[in-house]
Parts: sequence; structure tokens; C-alpha cells
Amino acid sequence: MQIKPILSALRRHKSGTILIALQIALTLAIVCNALFIVHERVDKVNRTTGLDETNLIAVSNDYVGAPEDFTPIMKTDLQTLRSLPGVVDAYVTNSYPLRQGGWSTGVQTDPDSTKQGISTALYFGDEHALKTLGVRLIAGRNFNAGEVVTVGRQQQPGTAQVIVTKALADKVFPDGNALGKVIYLAKGKPSTIIGIIEKLTTPWIQNDFVEGDYVTIMPVMFNSSFQQFLIRTQPGQQDAVFKAVPPALYASNRMRVLPEKVGIRKFEDVRRRAYDADRGMAILMSVVCGVLLAITAAGIVGLSSFWVGQRRKQIGVRRALGARRSDILSYFMTENFLIALVGVVVGVILAVGLSQWMFTHFEMKRLSLTYVAIGVVALLALGQAAVFAPALRASRVSPVEATRSV
Amino acid sequence: MFGYYMELALRSLRRSRALTALMILAIALGIGACMTTLTVLHVLSGDPLPGRSASLFYPQMDPRDMVGYAADQASPSQEFPRQLTWADGMSLLHSRRADRQALMVGGQVATQTADARMDAFVSSSRYTTADFFPMFETPFRYGRAWTSAEDDNRSRVAVLGSDLNDKLFQGQDSTGRVVRVDGHDLRVIGVLKPWRPVPHFFDLNVGAFSATDDVFIPLSTARDFLLRRAGGIQCWGKGSGDESTLESSECAWLQFWVQLDSPAKMTAYRQYLADYAAEQKAIGRFERPAHTRMLDVMGWLDHEEVVPGDVRLQVWLALAFFLVCLINTVGLMLAKFMRRSGEVGVRRALGASRASVFSQLLTEAGMIGLVGGVAGLLLSWLGLWLVRLQPVSYAALAHLDPMMLCATFAMAIGATVAAGVLPAWRACRITPALQLKSQ
Repeated sequence: MQIKPILSALRRHKSGTILIALQIALTLAIVCNALFIVHERVDKVNRTTGLDETNLIAVSNDYVGAPEDFTPIMKTDLQTLRSLPGVVDAYVTNSYPLRQGGWSTGVQTDPDSTKQGISTALYFGDEHALKTLGVRLIAGRNFNAGEVVTVGRQQQPGTAQVIVTKALADKVFPDGNALGKVIYLAKGKPSTIIGIIEKLTTPWIQNDFVEGDYVTIMPVMFNSSFQQFLIRTQPGQQDAVFKAVPPALYASNRMRVLPEKVGIRKFEDVRRRAYDADRGMAILMSVVCGVLLAITAAGIVGLSSFWVGQRRKQIGVRRALGARRSDILSYFMTENFLIALVGVVVGVILAVGLSQWMFTHFEMKRLSLTYVAIGVVALLALGQAAVFAPALRASRVSPVEATRSV
Repeated sequence: MFGYYMELALRSLRRSRALTALMILAIALGIGACMTTLTVLHVLSGDPLPGRSASLFYPQMDPRDMVGYAADQASPSQEFPRQLTWADGMSLLHSRRADRQALMVGGQVATQTADARMDAFVSSSRYTTADFFPMFETPFRYGRAWTSAEDDNRSRVAVLGSDLNDKLFQGQDSTGRVVRVDGHDLRVIGVLKPWRPVPHFFDLNVGAFSATDDVFIPLSTARDFLLRRAGGIQCWGKGSGDESTLESSECAWLQFWVQLDSPAKMTAYRQYLADYAAEQKAIGRFERPAHTRMLDVMGWLDHEEVVPGDVRLQVWLALAFFLVCLINTVGLMLAKFMRRSGEVGVRRALGASRASVFSQLLTEAGMIGLVGGVAGLLLSWLGLWLVRLQPVSYAALAHLDPMMLCATFAMAIGATVAAGVLPAWRACRITPALQLKSQ
């Protein structure tokens, strides 16, 4: 295929050529950045929490009234929940992964440290917590019932025993051997690490408060009106337990509120709600990419059809002089390929620039080159596909056209 | 002449329907995407109290100890604690140096009527001081706000928001009746009309776009009952988050707003604030170099970046999308106009000036813009409806206002006419003789 005649023909259609190349460039820049955002969001949505999320139910409970001590009611509630048919285990806590609200505090290894410690999320629980959550203990032991203490809203919790995640253990004690070591979560209150769990995430999906999967579980019953119950059900029993929990709790004690919407949720719903915004953004970006590619394709079809229409006579002459249909077809395909190539080169520069701009303005990661490569291939293919129909029409122009004057 | 151009445009548009439809669709999609995202941005970055926000200020100081000082100074978000301690808040409140001042914190309480005929439910609460209501010009439907005297006496009173009054008292005048809050009985002295400043500027801790609180209770009363707080607390040094001793602890957990009606008062208050911090430093309570700041409402919202990053990203995405749609339209219009070289040649040969050919073709472009604008408007309604279905706190706020409606059309027609300039110019430069000859 001769490139030179194509180039000299393009020189006579400068505006159109530039417009198509520009459109391809912008589309490439937007599409590969958008797909990269989609990829990041999908990754985020699929992040695991470290707990066994199937057959888990979360209850948010608010006791009404002002007794001195909420723990008797909490214990009764736990008994009620644990004795429901289909329930494997249950415990009461202040928060859990994906809840989007919870406690964090600093970890110190030295009681008199003046540095700000590593932030950890704080979960309360009893000896039933690990089994209910379905997390794996990789070292040490679980709490026992005797270690659970009641902490009021007036006190900073700092129990004698704690269980931490492996991530936190490795962060605080980089040399390993965190088991049995002492950390300080409240001033003057030493806590011994008695167990290490494989993984458990913080209540937040953004790392605003805690930088990694740094989580501490304390054997605490928190004396407060606002409590979260987590319930593990037997497989297949989740729906039945879900229906049975509110009436059972209200029957045991009417002085409570299970707030609308978040009062009782299956863990699937907790997860869905936590990532709603990210999923929405991913869907939006995908739709925009799709529409953008469609519009660009339509634009190429439109402009190429015009060029074919404009050059019918010349095509006829070429055909009359012996060019085969495939020559005409490949002429238009090559022409589009050249334009798309220029567009793609400009587009790659734009895409990287855009990614750099988003990196500084939106705290996003830098675009991975895989996405640029995918975008380049996609747009070249799109251009070829879009030009195919007009090119085919061009190749069907009869040599007789050469003899027509109009 | 314009009518004739319109007729010509219509004829021409009808002749190549697919191309016309494609151009209109591209403009409509671009406009729809832009207007949807811009409307959301417009709503979220609006002024919560128009005409009043410039005289409301949020004083801040840094009462923390030296732990982590260097790191905090390096990070703009950590430069000051977001809130004030009880000690500082109370000093500023009682000094009464501003025209009005209110100290506050949000919370959550279980509410029901005194006869407990329905189960209690959770309501969001605000514990504040008397000036809150006149300072933010909250509209009252019934009754009144409480007074400073009632603040000092720890009066068992409450002001209800419109929604809660509807729920508890079916919207009747409930002043004088009793609302039970976490088991404590409070007398209702006032009921607000529906009131929702957007953003929820006076307390961003509970969500920048959260609805207004359901029940307002004097701060002193709330502390008597240790009603539940919400919205975060930052402690340092000897501070501990013990609920019962928050008054004396080194923890920041209160928001403080002042109203200053003149620039002179503003300067004076800034000075007062600086002096206060210097004095606290001198007596050794503050350890860090004395350091204060006072932003007005819009400045504060800017500083706290209340508009979500995703919303800004969506606006940019929509604008880029619209740009591609426009380039697409320019290309298609170019093809369309150049295809009519013959027609243009004839018109020119018959005496039409370049200017009239140019304006004829621009009329055509403008018509595409108009139709695209109408379709884009429908798409933005659809888009905003979709936004309202999203589970985000600002969902209910996404509505098209008249200003954005006009902007939609201006943008659609303006952009399309601009897009038509290059093709029309190219077309009107055609040499008539050349076109006629080839016929």
C-alpha cells in the first residue's frame, strides 16, 4: 500500500483530519483514565474484610431510658440471641468492618512515649467474638469469659489482654514475636497481646483514621445505650434468623430502638451500603466510556462517508484504471489508520498529562501503562471498525462513475 | 431573512436525517452530562445562608501540647483542631465580644412523647446555646427560642425541628407539651419550620450534607444528663475522652460560631482571639506558639473541602465528554456543509454575500443547538432523577433550578454555534465559479 498518495490526499482535508485525530486523542485520554478509575473502584469494592461475611447479621440497637448499668440488659439480649434457633454465636461490640464509624486510638510500646503512636481501630468483644466473626487466630489464644471487663463511657478502655491483627503486630513489632508483648492503648494501662488474628479490617473504607488493617480487639462490655450485635447463623438459616431477631429482642425488652434501615442488616447489605458510592462511580465511568466510544465511532463513520461521497469520481477513475476493490478498501482503511495513529500518539500524551493532573488534584494513583496500551489498541480497532462500512461502500463504486460528469 | 434561513436549515436538516440525529444526540448527551454534574456541584458548593454567611465566623485556636507538633504544622488539615475545648468555648461564649455567639455539639437521642404511646426512635440532636437561633435566623413556626437565662439555669426545655414535631405531635402547636429524650422529660418551647442549610455548615463533623437536627436542647441541660454526643472528639496530653469529665479535659469537641456585623468588629474580634491565645500560652495552658484563625462560612467550607472529590471529578469528566461531543459535531457539520458546496456556489453566484451564506449556515448550527439543548434538558432531568436515587446524603438536594435551566440553553446554543463557526467559514469561502464549473 502506498502511503504517499494518502498523505497528499489528507493534506487537502486538513480540518476533517485534524478533527478526527483530536477526537480520537481526547477519547483515548478520557477512556483510559476512566477505565483506570473503574479498575481502582472495583478493586476497592472487592477488598476482603478478613471475616466470613456469609451468614452474618448485624444489629444496631439503642436502649431507651437511663439505667446506671446497661450490662445486665446486654447479657440478657446476648442470651436471647444465642438461644435463637439457627444461631451459631453472637456477641456485642462497638463497631465492625465496613460500618463506617468506630473508635481509633494510638498504640505505644513505651508508657512514657511522647510520640504519636500508630493508630489502630478498636473493637470490643468477648470470648465469642472470634467465632462470630469467623476470623482465624494464627497465634496465641482467644479471650476467656473471666477476662471480659465492663467499661463505662467515663473511662478510657485499656484491658490487660488484647488480640491484634497480624498487620498491627508486624507494624508495632517489626522483628516479629509480638505475642506476649505489652502495648499501651491508654495512658498507664499496659495490655498484653495474647492472640494474633490473620486479618480484620477497620470500620472505615477510607484510610483516613487508620493507615492499614491495624485492629485491636479488647475483651470489653461497653456500658452504653448504643450497641452493635453481630450474629452468626447456620448456613441457610440467615433469613429465618433475620426475621426472628427483632421480635425476640422486643419481646425480651421493649425499651429499645432498632433504627430504621440500619437496625438489622445482613452483612451483604452492610457491604453494599459501604461501597455504594464507589460502585456508582464505577458504573458511571463505564457508561461514559461506552457512550464516548460510540460517539467517536459514529463521528468517524459520518466523516468517512462524506469523504467517500466526495471522492466517488476519483474512486471511479482509479477503478477504471485497474485498481481492484480491495485496493480501494485498503486505501480508506489505511487512511483511517494513519489518522488514528496520530490521534493515539497525541492521546497517550494527553492521557498521561490528565493522570498527572488527577494525581495532584484528586489524590489518585498514577495511571498504569497497561491501561494506556489497552486504550490505544481499542481506539485503533474502533477506528478500523468504524471506517469499514464506508470503505466497503467506496470499494463498490463502479468504474462507470468516472465517465459521469456529476 | 432569518425566517428564510430557518426554512433552509429545516430543509437541509431533513435531507440527511441520520447525520442530523447524530449531531443532536451528541449535543444532547454532552449537555445532559454537563448539566447533571454541574447542578450537583452548584447545589453542594452553594451558600448555606445567603446574605448572612459573610458575617458568621468560626474561630479556631491550637490548645494542644507539643506532641506531634512538627507533623501537625506540615499538614494543612491538622494545623488546628477542628473544634474547641469546653474551657475555651465557654471563655469565648461568656466574654460576649461578638454581636452574637453560640457554642454547640451534635448528638443522637432516643425520643418519644411523655405518654410513651409509641416506641421511641432515634433523632439527631443539637446541644447549643441561646444565640444559635437568632444568629442563624432559624424560622419558628410556633413558640420561641430559649434565652441565655434558661441556658444558665439548665432549663429542661427543647426546640423541635419540623419533622420531629410532625412525627411526635402530628404537626400541631406542641409548645408546652413534653418530649422524652433518652428518658428525660423536656418541655417544648418552640417548633421550627422546615429548615435545612446546605451544606450543614455549622457542624461538618456529623456529615456535610446531613439534614438539620430534629431536636435542640440547651448545652448545659444536655451535659447535665450526659446526652450522647456525635461528631468526633480530639484529645491530647492528659486529656481523656471520659464523657463525664469533658468539661475539664484537654479535648476538643465543640463548635463555636460568632456573628460580627462590621469589618471593625471583625478586626477587633481577631485581635481578641489572638490576645486570648497569647494569654493562655502565657499562663502555660497552651504549649504551642499562640496561633489562631477565623474563617467565614464560605472560607470554612472551602477549607474543609466539603464538596466530595467524586463530584468534582464527575464535573470534569462531563466537561471533557462534552468537548469530545462538540468536536464530533464540528466534524459532522463540516462534512454536511462541504457536501453542499454546489448549493452554496449557486447562492453565491446569484448574489448572496459571504456574510449571508455564513449566517445562513450558523442558523442551521443554532437550530441543532436548540434541539440538542431541549433533549439535553430532558436528559439532565433524567440524570438528576438518577442522582436522587443514589444513596448519598445530598441525593434529595439534586434539583434543577431556573438559573441552571437558563444556563443549559445558553450553553447548548452557544457551544453549537461556536462549533458551527469553522465549518460555516470554510463553506462560505467556496469559490462560486469552481463549483458551477464542475456542475
